[in-house]
Amino acid sequence: MTILRLNGSTRSVVSTPETPLLYVLRDELGLRGAKFGCGLGQCGACTVLLDDRPVFSCLTTLGSVGDRAVTTVEGLGTQTAPGPMQRAFEAEQAAQCGYCIAGMVMRAEGLLRKTPKPSEAEIRAALAPNLCRCGTHMRILRAVRHAAETTS
Amino acid sequence: MAGRATRSLLSLTIAASLALGADAAQAPPPSSPAGGGAPFAGGRPFATPFGVIYSTNITPDRPPPNHLIPPLGFRPLLASWQALSPRPTSPEPPGLDAAGRRGAELVAGLGHCGSCHTPRNSLRAEDADRPLAGAMAEGWYAPPLQADSPAPAPWTTDDLETYLRTGLSDHHQAAAGPMGAVTRELSQAPEEEVRDMAIYLSALMSRANRPTPVDQAAAAARAWPQGAQIYAGACASCHDAGSAMRRQGRPSLAVGTPLDEDRATDVIMIVLEGLTPPEGKAGPYMPPFADSLTDAQVVQLTAYLRARFSRERPWKDIPGAVRTARKGAP
Repeated sequence: MTILRLNGSTRSVVSTPETPLLYVLRDELGLRGAKFGCGLGQCGACTVLLDDRPVFSCLTTLGSVGDRAVTTVEGLGTQTAPGPMQRAFEAEQAAQCGYCIAGMVMRAEGLLRKTPKPSEAEIRAALAPNLCRCGTHMRILRAVRHAAETTS
Repeated sequence: MAGRATRSLLSLTIAASLALGADAAQAPPPSSPAGGGAPFAGGRPFATPFGVIYSTNITPDRPPPNHLIPPLGFRPLLASWQALSPRPTSPEPPGLDAAGRRGAELVAGLGHCGSCHTPRNSLRAEDADRPLAGAMAEGWYAPPLQADSPAPAPWTTDDLETYLRTGLSDHHQAAAGPMGAVTRELSQAPEEEVRDMAIYLSALMSRANRPTPVDQAAAAARAWPQGAQIYAGACASCHDAGSAMRRQGRPSLAVGTPLDEDRATDVIMIVLEGLTPPEGKAGPYMPPFADSLTDAQVVQLTAYLRARFSRERPWKDIPGAVRTARKGAP
């Protein structure tokens, strides 16, 4: 059994230590925000925060999380009370099919926690590991700028 | 013939050095290129033991001043350094044909492979007695390119030519670290010149005493259980037999050079930084693990990989090597 610090609370899980965190979140805990895209760390749909740092949860083993805090998109807000980054993505209508969006939101959240007022180049470099096949990148960039401007 | 080869590679070398400002933008050193990574704007900082030197800006904007330890900024001093530091000569393996000799000229001169792969003497000049014997460069270990090559699979001329032009070969792991940028630039070089360099370098490495590729999975897992767990969840989906990458023809980690090197530096750097070609450029990719693995986990994984894929003795002081590598990482 492993104790996980997750979205501000503590959960105990029974998956084996080599299980990718993504499977623990989705299959054992029923948190379906993080998506399985490639399973190879190439698309970013599974991005979550480990102690404020964005990581690919498909390549992060449960055993390696330790006492680091895991934050998923569910930890940023709810449908009725979305957090600032989620509101910015809504305001800019950044989702098309939406499959990449939870990962994009978490990658952007990690950026603003480290660099609250990022330059355009910093936003683009930070988001480079995450792919969107619908091509809404320009709206996603607008959403991140929006979030940076409206939060302090 | 050699003259023509020399001229065309010269222009390429110049282009490569200047474009480095742009290529380096992907993983900027502590201070970003002053030119914002724009082509030809220079400003890429090179942290040397003598101070920070910036690549030249050949646009109309002003370059940043170099920050050298006094009095090294006084340029006439360079003349005496140069007088004390004769150019190393290239080793000449027996039986080189004309193409191989052209390759030797390109490797020693415009290719300047020795800038990274040749150890430096106390004056920080390339050590003429140990050409291409392997050396540390930009936080990475540039392995020996002669009989001390630790590559488990032989570097044939064909393998080496493909590797230099694409960053990949069917029998070796991908080009990592600063070598990635070198192969991206060599992909634009005239084919026959890269071929000549491959002929020469494969001859230099042909008499290496090679380690045998091994896969001692069970013993390695017993010795490093945490490393084995991390490998299973974070590495196996690309690197194990049957993975998508292996089915596409990429080889096992057992044939990669870094796991048979005499230090853990390159394995640690690859785990931390991955292989990330600059935006918009092609090249082998691997995600970085700097943010998902703690230092202790990188140590476990590195020790496991060495035990599993190499017959060489275990590396000493992997924790120290991880701390050193972290200092260079963002």
